[in-house]
Amino acid sequence: MKNWLNPKSMTGIALIAIALIVLPHVVGMGGQAWVRILNFAILYVFLALGLNIVVGFAGLLDLGYIAFYAVGAYTWALLASPHFGLHFPLWAILPIGALMACVFGVLLGSPTLKLRGDYLAIVTLGFGEIIRIFLNNLNSPVNITNGPQGITLIDPVRIGDFSFSGTTQIFGFALSGPQKYYYLLVALAILVIIINVRLQHSRIGRAWQAIREDEIAAKAVGINTRNIKLLAFAMGASFGGIAGGIFSAMQGFVSPESFSLIESIMVLAMVVLGGMGHIPGVILGAVLLTFLPEVLRYAVGPVQMALFGKILIDPESLRMLIFGLALVLVMRFKPAGLWPSPERSRELSDKPVEAVK
Amino acid sequence: MQAKLSVVALSVAAAFALSACGEKEAPPAPVAAPAAPAAKPEVVVKLGHVAPMTGPQAHLGKDNESGAILAVEELNSQGLEIGGAKVKFELVSEDDQADPKQGTIVAQKLVDAKVNGIIGHLNSGTTIPASKLYFDAGMPQVSPSATNPKYTQQGFNTAFRVMANDIQQGKVLGEFAVKQGAKTVAIIDDRTAYGQGLADEFRKAAEAAGLKVVANEYTNDKATDFKAILTKIKSKKADLVFFGGMDAQGGPLVKQMKDLGIKAKFLGGDGVCTPEFMKLGGPAADGQYCSLPGMPLEQLAKGPEFKSKFTTKFGYEIQLYAPNVYDAVMVIADSMKRADSIEPAKYLPEIGKTNMEGVSGKIEFDEFGDLKGGAISVYQYQGGTLTYVETLGGAPAPAAEAPAAPAADAAAAPAAAVEEKK
Amino acid sequence: MDIFLQQIINGLVQGSIYALVALGYTMVYGIMGLINFAHGEVVMIGALVSITVTSTLAAAGMPIGLAGLFGLVAAILVCMALGWSLERIAYRPLRGSPRLTPLITAIGMSIVLQNLAMIIWGRNYLTFPPLLPKVNFEVAGAHFTLVQVAIVLLSAAMMSGLVFLVYRTKLGMAMRATAQNPAVASLMGVNINRVIAAAFVVGSALAAVAGVMVGSYYEIAHYQMGFMLGLKAFTAAVLGGIGNLAGAMAGGVLLGVIEALGAGYIGDLTGGFLGSHYQDIFAFVVLIGVLMFKPSGLFGEKTGDRA
Repeated sequence: MKNWLNPKSMTGIALIAIALIVLPHVVGMGGQAWVRILNFAILYVFLALGLNIVVGFAGLLDLGYIAFYAVGAYTWALLASPHFGLHFPLWAILPIGALMACVFGVLLGSPTLKLRGDYLAIVTLGFGEIIRIFLNNLNSPVNITNGPQGITLIDPVRIGDFSFSGTTQIFGFALSGPQKYYYLLVALAILVIIINVRLQHSRIGRAWQAIREDEIAAKAVGINTRNIKLLAFAMGASFGGIAGGIFSAMQGFVSPESFSLIESIMVLAMVVLGGMGHIPGVILGAVLLTFLPEVLRYAVGPVQMALFGKILIDPESLRMLIFGLALVLVMRFKPAGLWPSPERSRELSDKPVEAVK
Repeated sequence: MQAKLSVVALSVAAAFALSACGEKEAPPAPVAAPAAPAAKPEVVVKLGHVAPMTGPQAHLGKDNESGAILAVEELNSQGLEIGGAKVKFELVSEDDQADPKQGTIVAQKLVDAKVNGIIGHLNSGTTIPASKLYFDAGMPQVSPSATNPKYTQQGFNTAFRVMANDIQQGKVLGEFAVKQGAKTVAIIDDRTAYGQGLADEFRKAAEAAGLKVVANEYTNDKATDFKAILTKIKSKKADLVFFGGMDAQGGPLVKQMKDLGIKAKFLGGDGVCTPEFMKLGGPAADGQYCSLPGMPLEQLAKGPEFKSKFTTKFGYEIQLYAPNVYDAVMVIADSMKRADSIEPAKYLPEIGKTNMEGVSGKIEFDEFGDLKGGAISVYQYQGGTLTYVETLGGAPAPAAEAPAAPAADAAAAPAAAVEEKK
Repeated sequence: MDIFLQQIINGLVQGSIYALVALGYTMVYGIMGLINFAHGEVVMIGALVSITVTSTLAAAGMPIGLAGLFGLVAAILVCMALGWSLERIAYRPLRGSPRLTPLITAIGMSIVLQNLAMIIWGRNYLTFPPLLPKVNFEVAGAHFTLVQVAIVLLSAAMMSGLVFLVYRTKLGMAMRATAQNPAVASLMGVNINRVIAAAFVVGSALAAVAGVMVGSYYEIAHYQMGFMLGLKAFTAAVLGGIGNLAGAMAGGVLLGVIEALGAGYIGDLTGGFLGSHYQDIFAFVVLIGVLMFKPSGLFGEKTGDRA
């Protein structure tokens, strides 16, 4: 780790900290909906970072990642709602959710160990769908997930008496529900990012990268590829599980429809678009791809009015069209992602390769 | 150290970019320029309308929106005065894509925009989660088409609906099935909140009425191939096939039933009682039954008039719920008039006391926000049109119920057993 | 047991369609190592184009069979052009980039095509005019229609045509060479760009036919029909062994039959616990099962010496 204490870094950190603290209020001026979207962006950051471990670090193409999000979300829902009448507190459920997700990560990862490349992709995709369909149907004979109706009236995050939903007054300042969740999410995000960075530079992280680059060579060097791969799945899944839990609490409602294949694909797009394997890039990808469709939703109508004086093309279709085009264009002109790791850009640029480092 | 500074610069820039974004997008709906203001102050009443405007049910979303547009225009032409000011109604239309997550996002958007009331959503699956947001914001919500019972069982005093719910619908359909002489029935549901809910109610009613359920099959709301499950149903020799789901599946389903030579009759709920079902089902749709909440438009006092107004204005037929949407808007306007205020906090209590003749019939709410005396009518497709068969359930006067429970806020009690009343 | 035959027939028809689409996936993957996520959308465009052309011509008075033929030809032409453009504009510039980049591009193109279709054709389900007379056959208690027979026969014909192309023509040989080792193939005088473009074009033509088949079978088409179909077809291709033509064909038919039998029988076999609510995942379960024992698919993969 670089030395964090020198003046330059400290000012940098301080500036970022101030920006982060002020952000929800600035964004909130456009309406609480934007703070909500910001919160979703942070949730997707968790997901993208988790998937980054599997896809970016270890090079395992996982197209069913959203299943872990679903597991985390339903764990919270089942343990903190009228459905079973259980109301576990935050500090109990989040670890349980992360653990459940880990378990599923290992379960889903085990059959895939011998598969390479795109077989892995389709199998993980299959697992994602399997989880979703089970969630949609486990309401008989024993009602576990309440099927397509989903679970409602889920407890929000509560610390003691302080509830994160609804508006509270603090020091004469009104903090709305979404804004409170924002701070919680940012705190968790910082934790998650630190864990990820440490993982990346640890022996495990290097083992993952070795497997990504050349699995056979990695085995030859003595890396236990089986365990390391399972660890990738488990660790990646755990972040998804945590994000799922907070998602559940924030929404107050979960249903299987939120965990479809499209979501998995979206998270993958965030990782690849941002810069696979590069933590800042992945964070950027997550935030960008969460905000882009929403900004388009608000903007497409008014922009057409301004340009043409009337709505030519239905805003809904147009906004997703533009989104798709954005994906294609970014990949065309920045194939390594918007913010790839320095090693990657070196690899892909045409400059002659000097000695590494 | 370059990386450090660029990160800082980027995040600060991002923060300001986002803030600029946020502020720029603050005014959500395009405001139609008001006509020359009268001497009295004019006030704009914004009503939020949410339905799936894209996706397989987009035709129903559009239908709902059209009903709302018709209502809003009529209200505006009446030049109402509420609370000492002339009111102009404006519709803020949003798309929830029948996806619960999108539903909560647009709900939050509407709450932020401080609209005066909500008409929506269309699907039960999105209405229920969104209702929590509206309840937290104290914003009255009248749904014209969410039939899942749970919507009004959550204890939200802001939740209302202007048609009968699935408990009533399922029960009526079960009784109708028996009346048709069916002894065995196969039930298919599309694994959505609506389809499953309706199918479950039908199953309860059918079994209570003595029908034997010989098969329970499932599909999903994006499927086009039903041959496998239909073949299975054929082997069980059911007299009647009940489908809990929408027209986009119902149409092809009925067609494939014919292809497979299944002689059983088909019965569905409001989701398949649309012109789209007939279009997609082709000749196979003929002779099949479906149900709709309320009475047929032709038999209602204001029905035919509404129908002609609608088709004249929009040039297409009513799909399904447009009359109910129209009524929902009228309920809100009527409550505002009675409260003499457009403020949600002030006119919310008035909604519960509504007693008016809407296009779809008499509108009165019980203490849960459900429509009192919700009738269900059964129809049959004959020769390319929907023909009325009969109406079951729901007497006009409310049956004597026990509860002395006060109208307004019930505590968030877990689902009270509300079924038995109707 | 009379429904067994019926289920097999159902599965066979559905499977033939999967097989046609799976061939497109497998050809592209075999040569380029790319999962063309947008392939399902090409099928959808084929269906929608043929509806428009057929309905317009039929409304203008042409007999429905002829109009249908024109519709089919139009669909094939449009899809071939579409496939060619996809390759040229979206994928060719990305050769040599990290493996996942073309995947995201494909996903992006899939979204673009879906929404383009929604803008052009609207959101409603469109009805496909019946191209063939409604004739029902009954054999041993199983019903099937003329359309179903036509689908199976036409699929078989197209697949034989493809096999002929790949194994008996120079272009086919060039394709096989490129699939095996692009560098060496180009050294031997094969124009790699042309071959890849040809693979896309041929695959798209098959997709167009599949689109028309799906449209006439279910008599509906809409802008979202390609996604699930594409996914299942890709599963079929993997099941059979990706890059392998025979594998794609077998995988497609097998997948269709498995789905039909699964939906029909699993419910009874597990006493109602696992019933047709899980029919969408039978295919995946079987796939996972197969891959655990044969990690390269049923017939093994044929993608040559790429790392």
